[in-house]
Amino acid sequence: MDAPNIATAGEKLRDGSLTAVQLLDGVLKRAADTEAQIHAYLTIDRSGAIAAAETADRELAAGVDRGPLHGIPVALKDNMVTRGLETTASSEILSGYLPPYDATVVSRLREGGAVIVGKTNLDEFAMGSSTENSAYGPTYNPWDITRIPGGSSGGSAAAVAAGSALVGLGSDTGGSIRQPAALTGVVGMKPTYGTVSRYGLIAFASSLDQIGPLSRTVLDSALTLKAIWGHDPLDATSYRGEYPDLLEGIGDGVEGLKVGVVKELSGEGYESDVDERVSAMVDQLGRAGAEVAEVSLPTFDIALSAYYLIAPAECSANLARFDGIRYGLREDGETTEEMMSRTRASGFGPEVTRRILLGTYALSAGYYDAFYGQAQRVRSAIRDDFARAYSSVDVLVSPTSPTVAFKAGERTDDPLAMYLSDICTIPSNLSGDPAISVPIGLDSRGLPIGFQVMAPALGEPMMYRVASVVEQLAGFDAQPSLELVAG
Amino acid sequence: MPVEIDIAHVARLARLGLTEPELDHYRDQLAVILEHAARVQELEGEPDVDVTHPLGVVNAFRPDEVRTSLDREEVLGQAPEARDGYFVVPPALEL
Repeated sequence: MDAPNIATAGEKLRDGSLTAVQLLDGVLKRAADTEAQIHAYLTIDRSGAIAAAETADRELAAGVDRGPLHGIPVALKDNMVTRGLETTASSEILSGYLPPYDATVVSRLREGGAVIVGKTNLDEFAMGSSTENSAYGPTYNPWDITRIPGGSSGGSAAAVAAGSALVGLGSDTGGSIRQPAALTGVVGMKPTYGTVSRYGLIAFASSLDQIGPLSRTVLDSALTLKAIWGHDPLDATSYRGEYPDLLEGIGDGVEGLKVGVVKELSGEGYESDVDERVSAMVDQLGRAGAEVAEVSLPTFDIALSAYYLIAPAECSANLARFDGIRYGLREDGETTEEMMSRTRASGFGPEVTRRILLGTYALSAGYYDAFYGQAQRVRSAIRDDFARAYSSVDVLVSPTSPTVAFKAGERTDDPLAMYLSDICTIPSNLSGDPAISVPIGLDSRGLPIGFQVMAPALGEPMMYRVASVVEQLAGFDAQPSLELVAG
Repeated sequence: MPVEIDIAHVARLARLGLTEPELDHYRDQLAVILEHAARVQELEGEPDVDVTHPLGVVNAFRPDEVRTSLDREEVLGQAPEARDGYFVVPPALEL
């Protein structure tokens, strides 16, 4: 099957050569053919999706057009709550949970006429970089099913890469949209903190979490973000000011723009194919008229250390709500405390347990200032570094991930090695700025490589402008050669 | 910097009822991770500590309007145990 995108499918839906029901049929057939191998979805809402597609068709026929996502099949990461549709965050502790409300992004997708195909797999509570930490089994990479798709939004990334959704939503706390996008050859974008509502996103680290799109093209990314962002009174951190026009710079090229190449994000620990492809793209940007310069942001060297104190600290507070009282799993106990301790020990997987312990320790009496307090100082210093860099360049670029997709099981016993997967993406979470990963080619083994473009807060139009040039220069049109079992 | 961890105390604070072998396993892993995390001490100088919102959002208020809340039966329907409109838990205090 051709891999349609939002823009091309949208044209056909409007000229009458395609219906939303037919588009959904193709996606569901693709899912039926690929799910046994890649396991991108935890739940496929077949009947809900068909009903939504039928409504989309009826509305279009009646002249009601809800915008670019009208009739488009979307995959949702399973940490965004959907009323009456099981939402587990890939955790045993939420097995069977039927949320009593929709997340704001879900309401906005519905209002925009989107067709929600189902809920995708993730690392439990979005903690991980491989989608192996799921209580319901791992997701595999459509480009090589012996490898992981990255994480934690690996299910949404794999669904978009395999064609079992046109676009997906993920959440990005330390790179959980961009890294899996890079490893599966799709576009993944983390918006400015505060621009997409977190209401109904099951919280991991509230000062870092942002929802964003995974898509086939840069334009699709901007169209999807446009549909879901904007102020929401239900999220106290939601931005209330002006939102820029996401499409204003797309097509304007990079002539005269200043592109900073981050010195700290290359060299030791980076695969040579990754470094070479990224350097080649930087040269291409230079030939396309951009002014390219190397920029040093020295605090990036300790960003990972700060992240692995701040994120677990916030996680330990957020996950206190899973106590066996209001929803999810309960293990019996003689007292409330015993019930809670047994429920949590039994319901959380090893990575979540590790991060809760780490965060509880970092916040505990006697260690708070040396660890958490100092990590917050590093976070501020990283913001200072970004601000200094953006005083002389328009965007910063780097690889999205130091390596291509690694083998399943390769890093599961070495938490620190797994954490290093996010070394290029974490700084933008700590600063709250937008960043995007665009596929630029394949390594010698045929595995996708991602190129990251970072911009200052609310700099999405500039970020998309450069990303669309990167997309054009790369001309990446390879498709995963997934061998089908059936079909 | 070697890190000292009273893992049983930490697990109790986090309400995680782990076994002795599990506690040993997590203590060893935390020690390795914290040794790496301690690199935050390498920061030179003192930045202005500004850990607020990147877009400067503070004090978000919304109008104090009466709105429909979540459906009580639907909410309680997700609880492991509920009775007469309440969540039910084992004893929290010794009587």
